[in-house]
Amino acid sequence: MSVAKPLPHDAAPLHVTGQARYIDDIPVPANTLHLAFGLSERAHAKVTVLDLGPVRAAPGVVAVIGPDDLSPMPDCSPSIHDEPLLAMGEVHYAGHPMFIVVAESHLAARRAARLAMVTYEDLPALITIEQALAANSHFEGGPVTWQIGDAAAAIAGAPRVLKGSIEIGGQEHFYLEGQAALVLPQEGGDMVVHSSTQHPTEIQHKVSEALGLPMNAVRVEVRRMGGGFGGKESQGNHLAVACAVAARATGRPCKMRYDRDDDMMITGKRHAFRIDYHVGHDDRGRILGVEFLQLAQCGWSADLSLPVCDRAMLHADNAYLIENMRIESHRLRTNTQSATAYRGFGGPQGMLGIERVLDHVAFAVGREPLEVRRANFYGEAGGQPPDPRDISAQKKQQVTPYRMPVEDFILHGLTARLEESSAYLARKAEVARWNAANDVLKKGIALTPVKFGISFTLTWLNQAGALVHVYQDGSVHLNHGGTEMGQGLFQKVAQVAASGFGIGVERVKITATDTGKVPNTSATAASSGSDLNGMAVKAACDTLRGRLAEFLAERHQVSPAEVLFEGGRVAVGGAEYGFDEVIAMAYQARISLSATGFYATPKITWDRVKGQGRPFFYFAYGAAVSEVVIDRLTGENRILRCDILHDAGASLNPAIDMGQIEGGYVQGAGWLTTEELVWDDRGRLRTHAPSTYKIPACSDRPRVFNVALWEGANREETVYRSKAVGEPPFMLGISALMALSDAVAACGDGTVYPDLQAPATPERILAAVKRVRGD
Amino acid sequence: MTEIAFLLNGTPVRVADQPPTRSLLDWLRETRGLTGTKEGCNEGDCGACTVMVTDAAGSRALNACLLFLPQLHGKAVRTVEGLAAPDGTLHPVQEAMIAHHGSQCGFCTPGIMVALAIAHAQGRADTDDVLAGNLCRCTGYAPILRAARAAAELPAPPQMAADASALSSFIVPQIRPPETRASDAAADTAPPVFRPTNSDDLAEWYAAHPEATLIAGATDVGLWVTKQLRDLGPVAFLSGVADLTHVETRGKVIGIGACVTIEALRRAMRDVHPAFAAMLRRFASVQVREAATIGGNIANGSPIGDGPPALIALGATLHLRQGDEMRAMPLEDFFLDYGSQDRKPGEFVAAVTLPSEAPALRCYKLSKRFDQDISAVCGCFNVTVEDGRVTDARIAFGGMAGVPKRATAVEAALAGGRWDEEAIRTALPAFAEDFAPMSDMRASADYRLDTARNMLLRYFHDLAGRPVSVLEVSP
Repeated sequence: MSVAKPLPHDAAPLHVTGQARYIDDIPVPANTLHLAFGLSERAHAKVTVLDLGPVRAAPGVVAVIGPDDLSPMPDCSPSIHDEPLLAMGEVHYAGHPMFIVVAESHLAARRAARLAMVTYEDLPALITIEQALAANSHFEGGPVTWQIGDAAAAIAGAPRVLKGSIEIGGQEHFYLEGQAALVLPQEGGDMVVHSSTQHPTEIQHKVSEALGLPMNAVRVEVRRMGGGFGGKESQGNHLAVACAVAARATGRPCKMRYDRDDDMMITGKRHAFRIDYHVGHDDRGRILGVEFLQLAQCGWSADLSLPVCDRAMLHADNAYLIENMRIESHRLRTNTQSATAYRGFGGPQGMLGIERVLDHVAFAVGREPLEVRRANFYGEAGGQPPDPRDISAQKKQQVTPYRMPVEDFILHGLTARLEESSAYLARKAEVARWNAANDVLKKGIALTPVKFGISFTLTWLNQAGALVHVYQDGSVHLNHGGTEMGQGLFQKVAQVAASGFGIGVERVKITATDTGKVPNTSATAASSGSDLNGMAVKAACDTLRGRLAEFLAERHQVSPAEVLFEGGRVAVGGAEYGFDEVIAMAYQARISLSATGFYATPKITWDRVKGQGRPFFYFAYGAAVSEVVIDRLTGENRILRCDILHDAGASLNPAIDMGQIEGGYVQGAGWLTTEELVWDDRGRLRTHAPSTYKIPACSDRPRVFNVALWEGANREETVYRSKAVGEPPFMLGISALMALSDAVAACGDGTVYPDLQAPATPERILAAVKRVRGD
Repeated sequence: MTEIAFLLNGTPVRVADQPPTRSLLDWLRETRGLTGTKEGCNEGDCGACTVMVTDAAGSRALNACLLFLPQLHGKAVRTVEGLAAPDGTLHPVQEAMIAHHGSQCGFCTPGIMVALAIAHAQGRADTDDVLAGNLCRCTGYAPILRAARAAAELPAPPQMAADASALSSFIVPQIRPPETRASDAAADTAPPVFRPTNSDDLAEWYAAHPEATLIAGATDVGLWVTKQLRDLGPVAFLSGVADLTHVETRGKVIGIGACVTIEALRRAMRDVHPAFAAMLRRFASVQVREAATIGGNIANGSPIGDGPPALIALGATLHLRQGDEMRAMPLEDFFLDYGSQDRKPGEFVAAVTLPSEAPALRCYKLSKRFDQDISAVCGCFNVTVEDGRVTDARIAFGGMAGVPKRATAVEAALAGGRWDEEAIRTALPAFAEDFAPMSDMRASADYRLDTARNMLLRYFHDLAGRPVSVLEVSP
């Protein structure tokens, strides 16, 4: 079977030769126009004069579209219709699009976009979480609170309590391919849209809405993105809508791609958070109650902040059974880029909150952090002997703070295996010896677990469709609603299709995601791509195979169940055919060789108002051990080694899943170390290019990097019992921050907690070193 | 612009109808339809546009986004489309990249393929440095390194050497003699473009066109065009000025021509000033080091350039030329104030000279990321200790003031004193006399001052042979 083989990415031969086509590589008609946005220079201001005369007069400019030229103003929001395509009289962040330049070339558009004469009347700007909180600037009318048990009483009655706070920086996606869209006007006013998007249906929806067309007049196609990471779930709307509006106005094809600086100035990023915690625990570090205050910097519009902040709350427990927990979540409106989806979707921030609590508690009680973590773990799922070190002893059904039963917990076994394979304890002792011998360079080590919920929390999004054709020659044309952004979804799903017919994956043609083939798709997001689309494709293949089996069974007078598809052959009643032969026969017998497939995730129910239910079909697990070294004179640091054991269920493609794990860890570690977004006091993003915003470079990967897959099938009935793997490994990067905290602690006498903030840049590490040393 | 000619994937091309500041990247993608070379940042930081450029000195990786077409005259360019053999047989690094799952989204991959193919041909195994200028957001780099290792033992295919041999028989068309006068008969309204081949011609032309922009590696000037969208007016491309590319040692003095690239300088310094060479490795990625010049780094006057602090600590002398006039000055005197240098109109940086011996030189660079990042603080120390006493101290910093600056108060506090930790600590307050740094997106003023002081302590430990760099620690 094709499934479970470590096949290379389907497009790898195209990637390495430069033939893989992205939006900007698509050959365009000669009369194509190019767009650029004129951007606000102020964080919050009334626009009293917007003189576009100089823009219109610039060389190569064909048209300029300002806020007065569009009525009604198209909306680009994926949620509550609060994002007009262009600022209307008031700008809400520095970088806010104010007008559209339509020009003969990309360069001419960019040049002209800087020529507007704008007069602003500044309004008070809320840049930071603290400013927004003080101004009571909330989305959703105020905070959202979910709880279980009585956290206040548990803390009051606990033998020991502690309080703390962690600032968690945002993160720029830095997909290597910037946002791009190309719109080709068709006869009768229809539009064909090529967009670098994770959500073609959303693009279709927003473009049709902008043009006052039914959705059937707009077709959106995307073959691949040069990286997405959540940044192309909603952020491509503006480009596609602008191109559509301009294409209608000019009757010419229109293309827009953001220059990198514009991309970083305009588009949303990961939500920055501040999480305050108040914890009651016992002398051994067992947590009795926690109160979390989660403060999220949502930026100027709602975008996806509601589900992002929900997911942060849903991961406030991570791997730990805490019977008394209260989570108060503030979704704060600020005059900054509208924070958006980013790999993990709030989960990483919520998870970092509780991991920080565990680190702090372990420091306070002076116990090995891994033992304290274990003491608080959920109980191991049945079917395996309970871990003797498991003191949580949950005999009854254990539930999360949102009352979802945890039935598949494997972290006792998984961390035990990782502890052994990474030689965690021996290395911990080695680190202590190093630290005793070295005054300037200090090492640290930490193991952190991940338990990540799989499913969209907006329950209706958990659906997918597929379309599979088999042509007369036996070649298969595969289409589904998922998009390829590098994660290898297309190959994994092609393996599912090939397995469905018992043929090699080379017989399956992977085709571009196309709203004309599979309608009403959900975003490729929430790690759901393979789970949803794999199942939809499997359903379509099952249908087709069923038709073929029935046809052959009748011909051979056997039951359809006796028809076997394997190795490119079909066996039936003692006879054997090539798959191609069967298809040719079926075609002549007038059997339909095209089928759709559909899948809706079972079991999930979720009441987000109460914060109760089963939002997730299952959990994905993993753990990482990171070892680091810091320089206590400068705060410079290095990840020396990382060992990971991660649960991808019965992997559809172990090589692709390993790639997600390695890449996810490095991206997660980058979020918490080198990647720092800096806005100045006037709300202008100062880190808007790779010269100032530093994602991990090659030498930043761990010097030693051991990654392995946990062997175990998904307990739930997913596609071939695999598990989602896109987001969960990102949070393995939290181990790097905790190891840095451990190294900082080694600079002091053990009495002062490092209180390391994120991202742990050299500057923040040095500040923490000074704290523990009392300098 | 004047016409130029070069080899593109082995085929001669002539370009005449392009503005002089048209980037190779835009020309490849928009004019030639060769879209394998990607635009990731358009400022030389991501490497998605990496191409191989070959000339008489060899082949190197360069960022196509920061290469103006005239810089390519007489050279050979090979893009990702030219890595496979003409019959489609993939280059070993391409094969290995597929087999080892080194591409995910694939957008950085063409640049990485070119960078790895060049390193492969050169037998380089230091992949961290080879790829320091190629960002990948998907893979975490591990599978790319596995691919590089897997391909290392296989021979480089013929197409990797084809450009060097083709160049030897490539008759560079003598399209038009270089312009030497503003009143060039052919001059239309377009500003003059000059490609001198020696420094005398440059001196004469620049004296006549003092408003012109001199372009050496274009790693900074390129951004004036790609990001600031500036019209440069008259320009001179210095890449052909052969007599400014020397590194010569005479007695105890090393002379370095202004057009020596950072990478060439790094190689020249490896044995004489290893600390300086190590700093030059962290100056930037391979692609930037292969283009940027030491003269450009100085003339640019940036307070955060990594060349000047080390050169000042070495006691370097700067040599300027205007027409036939040469003058020399201590390098630190060149930097007057932020954005202001002691350079007359039409005068250019010709060379820098420095002593060939400075065993106590150490250079420290602090940045958020180790590779391809700009210094928050760059501190260079050159303290001579005899019989336990400081006999000479030269200390210079970047990132601590509006210019690269000597720490004269600290030097004075150390001079003549004992060289031990206690004495050094008594000199630390002097940093606040020398520097009042600013806060920006790279670091706060407090951090800069703190770490500048701590660097002196690090220097003390370093000279004593104690481990002081996290880069030297293995797991």
